[in-house]
Amino acid sequence: MRSDRSTSAPLGLKIAAIGGLAFLHIPILLIFLYAFTTEEKSYQFPPPGLTLQWFAVTWNRPDVWEALTLSVKVATIATAIALVLGTFCAAAVSQTRFFGRETISLLVILPIALPGIITGIALRSAFSMADIPFSFWTIVLGHATFCIVVVYNNAVARFRRVSGSLIEASMDLGADGFQTFRHVILPNIGTALLAGGMLAFALSFDEVIVTTFTGGQQSTLPIWMLEELIRPRQRPVTNVVAMVVMLVTFLPILAAYYLTRDGDQIAGAGK
Amino acid sequence: MTAAVLFENVSRHFGPVKAVDAVDLEVAAGEFFAMLGPSGSGKTTCLRLMAGFEQPTHGHIEIFGETAEGVPPYRRSVNTVFQDYALFPHLSILDNVAYGLMVKGVGKEERRKAAEDALAMVKLPGYGTRKPGQLSGGQRQRVALARALVNKPKVLLLDEPLGALDLKLREQMQEELKSLQKSLGITFVFVTHDQGEALSMADRIAVFNDGRIQQLGTPEDIYKRPQTRFVADFVGSSNVLSSATCAKLGIPSAAASLRPEAITIGTSWAEQLSLPGKVTARSFLGAVNRVSVDCNGEKIIVTSPAAMPVPDIGADVQLAFSRNDLHLMEEA
Ligand SMILES: Nc1ncnc2c1ncn2[C@@H]1O[C@H](COP(=O)(O)OP(=O)(O)OP(=O)(O)O)[C@@H](O)[C@H]1O
Ligand SMILES: [Mg+2]
Repeated sequence: MRSDRSTSAPLGLKIAAIGGLAFLHIPILLIFLYAFTTEEKSYQFPPPGLTLQWFAVTWNRPDVWEALTLSVKVATIATAIALVLGTFCAAAVSQTRFFGRETISLLVILPIALPGIITGIALRSAFSMADIPFSFWTIVLGHATFCIVVVYNNAVARFRRVSGSLIEASMDLGADGFQTFRHVILPNIGTALLAGGMLAFALSFDEVIVTTFTGGQQSTLPIWMLEELIRPRQRPVTNVVAMVVMLVTFLPILAAYYLTRDGDQIAGAGK
Repeated sequence: MTAAVLFENVSRHFGPVKAVDAVDLEVAAGEFFAMLGPSGSGKTTCLRLMAGFEQPTHGHIEIFGETAEGVPPYRRSVNTVFQDYALFPHLSILDNVAYGLMVKGVGKEERRKAAEDALAMVKLPGYGTRKPGQLSGGQRQRVALARALVNKPKVLLLDEPLGALDLKLREQMQEELKSLQKSLGITFVFVTHDQGEALSMADRIAVFNDGRIQQLGTPEDIYKRPQTRFVADFVGSSNVLSSATCAKLGIPSAAASLRPEAITIGTSWAEQLSLPGKVTARSFLGAVNRVSVDCNGEKIIVTSPAAMPVPDIGADVQLAFSRNDLHLMEEA
């Protein structure tokens, strides 16, 4: 993608590229394939037969629904928290100058640079020290930590483009802080926030590590899948769910990519 | 009559930097007031104090008789034309101009009409549907002007609004601004570092240096009777004679200013003062010749009409001038 040379690549390179793509994508295709298999105990190749029954079975499994609702709820609330706090952080860091501004900026980004396991352990010990029982809300808080970073990173790049004089011009023309935010800042950072929000949602939706450390008895969708793999029962159901997870996380990331394509990169998409 | 803007001993310090220091000024209603000074002299800071983006460290500010300290920018009947214009990039030209009316809750139809009128006033009718990015610098400047004027401010603040324009456009805009101000009767406070611009447009000028007002007066005052060496030098490059030279002329004074065009080279008449000197440089500037003369170690610039003969470099000459053109200054 970086090369501008238009001459056709040598054959060896082409084969390597195809090999790499196959290595990345064949496992994913296999997941899709086994969602349709008639064999429910083991993954034998090729599948003895194809069927659509597992979609109906999945639809009727209450534990799937429970995990799915929990995941959606956690992702939604964590994203909402992140949108508010991330925007405020970005506003503070890019609009004002204060002592230690660069440090704050670094501190906000740190959770995404740290391995999830560290964030998880840190939060777990913090929660138990504060005597907070592990619950739905501890999961939400755990997810909010990395969701904030994603929103912040997307917003801060845009905030820099809303120059200070635009805000002053708005105030000069009679708009108070709220009106200025609504009519000048929001239209300029809107797509960045939308993109950040979608990425945050996608990240939260398939998060495992932080969830294991901060969750109580509940299991989110990815955790449920992990448990399913260990205790197999109607195996292809897991594959059906995996397809759903892929769609739910992939579509927002794709949308975020197209929203922010003009100008700045999707910050933090790599977590 | 209450002043449009009143500064009483106003200072704005940023830590050790005295951006504005003990400034007293009074802008009369309906006046075209210019603030002139070199870069970093505190002009913008003064303007921001008027607009409400800065609060004074000391002193008192009134706008049309009302105390301004603590009043946020959006509650002042003052509008600004920013140096970089600060047009909203996401809004059309019409929405930019109508912005002030929109946030005040004026109805859609009414504000569209007002915005179109304002655009017509700055000679940009029919440009409403464009985005700021699709206009030239001069056009953006007019939009910024329309956007401020549509709110019918009592005072319009302009921060070097013509700085980014080329010479021809700048001269045209100077005339337009001046006639607009006359016809609207709005008080203009105009910041510039171009003394020609200040002299030609303003009713009164405040000359700033290092956060202080050096001199406040009519353009003629400032130009002909500079009170300090700084003003003499900055506004139209007057000669400043030292106390020694003054003494030689029989005038006891710390210093005196003398305009280059008030001096003639050659023999003096009876009532005129004269100084001997040696020509060190000369250059042809079109309408005039500019001659540097060394008078006993003091460099004096003379401009003489191009039609007059110019002495050669190294020639001994007599400089003649009238006593009335010599303006005594208190400080050296
Ligand atoms: N927010 C600030 N913090 C610290 N110092 C400042 C601030 N604003 C202005 N200054 C300082 O105050 C002084 C006056 O600045 P100001 O912007 O008023 O100058 P100016 O006369 O408008 O100059 P220019 O013609 O270059 O625009 C400068 O030395 C500047 O560095
Ligand atoms: Mg300035």
